Amino acid sequence: MNSQATNASPIRVSLNQTAGSEGKEALLMANETPKIQVKDLNLYYGQDQALKNICLTIPEKKVTAFIGPSGCGKSTLLRCFNRMNDLVDNVTITGEMIMDGIDINDPKINVAELRRQVGMVFQKPNPFPKSIYENVAYGLRLQGINDRQTLDKVVEKSLKGAALWDEVKDRLNESAMGMSGGQQQRLVIARAIAIEPEVILLDEPASALDPISTLKIEELINELKDQYTIVIVTHNMQQAARVSDYTAFMYMGELIEFGATDQLFTNPGVKQTEDYITGRYG
Amino acid sequence: MKTWFKSGAPWIWLNGGAVAICMIMVIGLIGLIAVRGFGHFWPANVAEIEINDHTGAQSVVLGEVVRSQTIPAVVARDTGNYVPDDLELVTRYLIKQGNRDQTGRDFVWYLEPGMEEFRYPQNAFVIERREWGNFYGYPMLLQREGETIATADDENFWSLLQQSVDRSLALHREIQKVEKRSIGAINTKINNLRLDLRRLDLRDPPAEVRAAEEARVAQAREQLDLEYQQLRVELDALYQSTRRDSLQMRMSDNKEVTISLANIVRVTAPNTMSIPAKLGQYAERLWEFLSDQPREANTEGGIFPAIFGTVTMVFVMSIMVTPFGILAAIYLREYAKQGLMTRIIRISVYNLAGVPSIVYGVFGLGFFVYFLGGNLDRLFYEAALPTPTFGTPGLFWASLTLALLTLPIVIVSTEEGLARIPSTIRQGSLALGATKSETLWKVIVPLATPAMMTGLILAIARAAGEVAPLMLVGVVKLAPTLPVDATFPFIHLERKIMHLGFHIYDVGFQSPNVEAARPLVYATALVLVILIVVLNLTAISIRNRLRERYRSVSD
Repeated sequence: MNSQATNASPIRVSLNQTAGSEGKEALLMANETPKIQVKDLNLYYGQDQALKNICLTIPEKKVTAFIGPSGCGKSTLLRCFNRMNDLVDNVTITGEMIMDGIDINDPKINVAELRRQVGMVFQKPNPFPKSIYENVAYGLRLQGINDRQTLDKVVEKSLKGAALWDEVKDRLNESAMGMSGGQQQRLVIARAIAIEPEVILLDEPASALDPISTLKIEELINELKDQYTIVIVTHNMQQAARVSDYTAFMYMGELIEFGATDQLFTNPGVKQTEDYITGRYG
Repeated sequence: MKTWFKSGAPWIWLNGGAVAICMIMVIGLIGLIAVRGFGHFWPANVAEIEINDHTGAQSVVLGEVVRSQTIPAVVARDTGNYVPDDLELVTRYLIKQGNRDQTGRDFVWYLEPGMEEFRYPQNAFVIERREWGNFYGYPMLLQREGETIATADDENFWSLLQQSVDRSLALHREIQKVEKRSIGAINTKINNLRLDLRRLDLRDPPAEVRAAEEARVAQAREQLDLEYQQLRVELDALYQSTRRDSLQMRMSDNKEVTISLANIVRVTAPNTMSIPAKLGQYAERLWEFLSDQPREANTEGGIFPAIFGTVTMVFVMSIMVTPFGILAAIYLREYAKQGLMTRIIRISVYNLAGVPSIVYGVFGLGFFVYFLGGNLDRLFYEAALPTPTFGTPGLFWASLTLALLTLPIVIVSTEEGLARIPSTIRQGSLALGATKSETLWKVIVPLATPAMMTGLILAIARAAGEVAPLMLVGVVKLAPTLPVDATFPFIHLERKIMHLGFHIYDVGFQSPNVEAARPLVYATALVLVILIVVLNLTAISIRNRLRERYRSVSD
């Protein structure tokens, strides 16, 4: 399934609490272009530290999965990539997150612009109570694109990209609220890719869906990774194994292990990872 | 018994009973005012009653039987009536005998003893008059300029009479038009000229400007005076013309009375009417009630100005309260930092909803009318002073006071609506690169519109029925003009208005003629209830349509 990952022969780096930050700096993979580099990221909710010294590199046009037990900070980390944590009061972030040479956490950057480049899909499908067409066109209209022809083209392309076109092409003007959960989630993905982001963050995109819809979403992720850098948070280890090229295992706010999915699942370097993927805790 | 208690059945009965009692009360209320109110327009038969006094004197009473009552004979004797000694109880009838100008009393109680059978003579006429209320009697002659043109026995008497009535009604409408429209317009213009001169005094311009302006005003005034003279002549001719015909009637005590057709609104002979004819008459009178001006200190005629005033006031209030309430709620919920301050504000707003409405009235009078209005007058209407323009109670201040009164309702329900919107929707929009305000206006506010409508519905329901504060800030017993008319600027926010709620109070408790007013109180109450129901249903249907559109998200 992960053909790129296997022939790229990446270096697996294992980390644990005792490893110094210099060791983490070595977190690079051969034959991959880094898209986002995270260095010494710490995140506090008030006094509580939710993320501790996270260092990792998200490779471009690959699927990176974050796994770990509930409350381990994987969603928090994901939400750092498009600064969704800004919405929460009392959050302090230290450390660097460099995307294309720019620090995401720089207070001077335009957050709306950043979020246009880093799209996000949430756990629960959240289409707007508008028509299917308007849902997909929403992001474009925000950018001031109101030309009907352009919109028509982008809507069609995005819906095709999200493997939804054939199902909805005859009812584009109907409310998105009437669709099934799986369709809604794919619509949300179409909405995200309509503005052509560089990175797509998926926060447990299939956890609220039935198995068939889940399968469709997974197939879709496989297709999308040719064009987009994808980061996915999932509870489901099988899903991580099926869809991702790289996997990061997190526990209690720390990144325990990060590596190519094949190797991490078949030959984990850290005891905690092994315990987790074999189901001994979490 | 114990198992019955354990089964939970008593709770069902208790709850069901509570619902049933509520329903009975609501239906009873509506039913009572509907029956009492609608009954008033039915053309009742006119009874002729011969009464033989215990002294042997005989009298005849003609009128509508309003209701009867059985009272202890002692009570009747105490009030100075003669009742035979062997009677314990005595029945008395309330007769609407009209003819207030002749007998002084139009509603009189008569005791049953001594009464003959009721007769319903075919030739008993009911004449609705512009003054003095109804006249009940028998027709004798129809006269034109003093000459008799038909007697009651003539075959064409009825048709000639109706022709005369129609003619005088048409003339009356003509007179109204001239007086209200044409002469009213001239009055407005003359008043404006007076204000122009006054402004000239205030500005104190150079002598040549002043002279030019004064010349202009004098010329315009002359022109207007001329127009007025012409209209006056026209009007006099019309008045003369309405006095052409008169109807000679005989009362039940054989006294003869001449009624000018100018004073007649409608002549009917209810005893001869069939049921369909009565239904037609009923519809006509009901329509008149809804569409006409009040007469005779509001105890006769229609309530149109009150309906119009109520609706206009509610509209103006809605226009003011909706944006303010919604903007305040959005700020409180979306922008303000949630903390002690917002909690204090919220608690204050909730408490504002519980302040007695008369307090708002006092505030409205003190702040809006005297302070704001007074200052507005000084700033913009100085020429008209000391006559106040906005510094006196009026439509705008009444609406503003009600807007203040209903503001908490709108704020609370809008806030609840905003709070119900899932945060995922918000995040979804933000994640697409929308700014906070884009998210708010393109996604959140449209989603919260049903909740805003709910707030508005509650506000309308509260405002339309409110009376106490309005008495202080703009509602009067009788407003000479409607707040909307054809004179610029068309909507006159400074005018005083009539209001159904106040009309009920006024007719019911301030009217000299209690019996005549009673059915009108019910009818007006019914109109008020129907009006509120209609306003509410409109708003509810709009809300449901919105809700349908945004289903499954907010629910």
